[in-house]
Amino acid sequence: MNEGLIIAIIIGISIASVPLIFAAIGELIVERSGVLNLGVEGMMIVGALAGFVVEFHTGNSFLAVLAALLAGMAIASIFAFLTQILLTNHVATGLALTIFGLGIAAFVGRGYTEVRIELIAEIHIPLLSDLPIVGPLLFSYNPLVYLALFVVFLVWWFLFKTKHGLILRAIGDNHDAAHAIGHKVVRYRVMAILFGGAMAGIGGAFLSLVQVPMWGENMTAGRGWIALGLVVFSSWQPFKVILGAVIFGGITVLQLHAQGFDIRISAQYLSMLPYLATIIILVSLRMRDKNKTNRTMPNCLGRIFHSTT
Amino acid sequence: MIRLILRTQPSKAMIFLSPLLAITLTAVTAFFIFVFILTDIEVSSVFYALFVEPLIDIYYVSELLVKATPLIIIALGLSIGFRAGVWNIGAEGQYVIGGIAGSTVGLYFYDVEGFWLMPLMSLAAILGGMFYAGIAAFLRTKYQVNEILVTLMLTYVAVLFLSAMVQGPLRDPSGFNFPESRLFHDSALLPIIWQGTRVNVSLIIAIILSFVAWFGLKKHISGMQVKITGSAPRAAKFAGFDDKKTVWFSLLISGGLAGLAGLFEAAGPIGQLNPGLPQFYGFTAIIVAFLARLHPIAIIFSALLIALTYLGGENVQIYFNLPSSITNIFQGMLLFYFLACEILIKYKVVFIKTTGQRI
Repeated sequence: MNEGLIIAIIIGISIASVPLIFAAIGELIVERSGVLNLGVEGMMIVGALAGFVVEFHTGNSFLAVLAALLAGMAIASIFAFLTQILLTNHVATGLALTIFGLGIAAFVGRGYTEVRIELIAEIHIPLLSDLPIVGPLLFSYNPLVYLALFVVFLVWWFLFKTKHGLILRAIGDNHDAAHAIGHKVVRYRVMAILFGGAMAGIGGAFLSLVQVPMWGENMTAGRGWIALGLVVFSSWQPFKVILGAVIFGGITVLQLHAQGFDIRISAQYLSMLPYLATIIILVSLRMRDKNKTNRTMPNCLGRIFHSTT
Repeated sequence: MIRLILRTQPSKAMIFLSPLLAITLTAVTAFFIFVFILTDIEVSSVFYALFVEPLIDIYYVSELLVKATPLIIIALGLSIGFRAGVWNIGAEGQYVIGGIAGSTVGLYFYDVEGFWLMPLMSLAAILGGMFYAGIAAFLRTKYQVNEILVTLMLTYVAVLFLSAMVQGPLRDPSGFNFPESRLFHDSALLPIIWQGTRVNVSLIIAIILSFVAWFGLKKHISGMQVKITGSAPRAAKFAGFDDKKTVWFSLLISGGLAGLAGLFEAAGPIGQLNPGLPQFYGFTAIIVAFLARLHPIAIIFSALLIALTYLGGENVQIYFNLPSSITNIFQGMLLFYFLACEILIKYKVVFIKTTGQRI
């Protein structure tokens, strides 16, 4: 294989993994706070649409990403209100959010399936981006790619280096105890859910603004669910999210290249790979060390908190 | 200041009132959303097409029954698992695999007529669905892998598998390369029970199954076991109930029933195997099960209600060129409101005068 192809594959993997990184890092914070939001797929598709629509009408990529972020937060706020104020079941509410999100995005986006937009441009740093090999591999991505990595770092710093992060983890592990010593359980969880929505929204927008310059009602194609799997894979550790996303991105890209190389397998079987890989990786994780993952899982994950005082 | 106080006993009145309240709120919200979004269309006529017409026209009523049937069958299976805290979210995948398995048997015997064929196809469909859900049961009991993610991932795989099958081994040899199977012959089709419509014998089976599930849950020990494991896992462990058995039982039952529903769709309204088989029934059945508060008989009614949103969605698509995804909006909203209204059953809402002190 020549150099150009390898660079193309590496760039392809990065592009394929970024939406997963955004969605998964948001959900990671949510789950660390003890909330299980299964609505990631719905929040992503709403973000994808919002970003696309704003980009189409304004041509301003910054506004487009901002719109996706806000749209993700808006729809996540439904989930926050229901689970935190009205104490509904997390699993059922999350599913409703996904179904609702898919429906509302398809409905609102019905007029946009035929139109195209300009892809968000990659950055170009003079000198650095022009370097051979290193230039395209390190300094020529879309700004959102760098943002994704920065957010992962930020989440790690927040969770493990700040007081609020410590409180959030405490709430996720034992909400009754955290409440008893005076921490605002509901407030932290609502914030976490909104952050999760914002990140899923940006992740969705990355699909419609960077990966393909068009809108389709099923364009997330299960990435929200894969992101949920990634959070488990990461054992709720932020940096492992990147590792997981790169593995899935790699499988996606290799499968696309395999289709291009005319390997004698139907395209359908190759397209199954990312989904099957999710299962296989989750299983192998448990085979390797059963107890480790259980130990890092937030104890109150998915449990309903009702304060009596 | 509004506070929620845990009731000592669930409110009986609210158990019946809260679903009605949820339906009313959904309709009202939908109305306002339409007024807001659809500025160029008469909203009342959309509402008529959505909710009224499907109830007064005999054709629509029959279609309502056709759509409700798979929902009843799938939701029955899911409700058993949900009671036990086993979340089979990928019934859609088991539905597709069941459809493929049953149809394969039917297509294999495409030149043979016989009353035995349909039971054989059904058996294949049930086994196919059981096998597919069994993967999730195996991974959960052996490796503690979350069944939500496994069943969901397998759903995407199943839909791709269906596409590969109808383009490959099961494609109609004389079908001009369209990705669909032969049309099923008479023995491989479900008998119509209401002449002139598409209502077939599977409706009766669905209703019988509801009553079987109802009695089963009331009388049988495994029903008891499932109920307790769901509501009090620790107590269930002390009583000697096996958590692993419950996972297997829940997933096999729900998978088998979803598989059967998949075949009934292929051998009923569709009449062949084609990529149009998956119609979101597996996901919608989750809403059906919740709306019925997991009660087997109530599932019949909630399935009819949800079937109405399907028909209404198709209607507005034809009349007003609106996307049928409108159905999903309704279903999502209905579930939101339903879950929100559930709070009235478990909790009492009281208004307390704020005295200035922070709580």
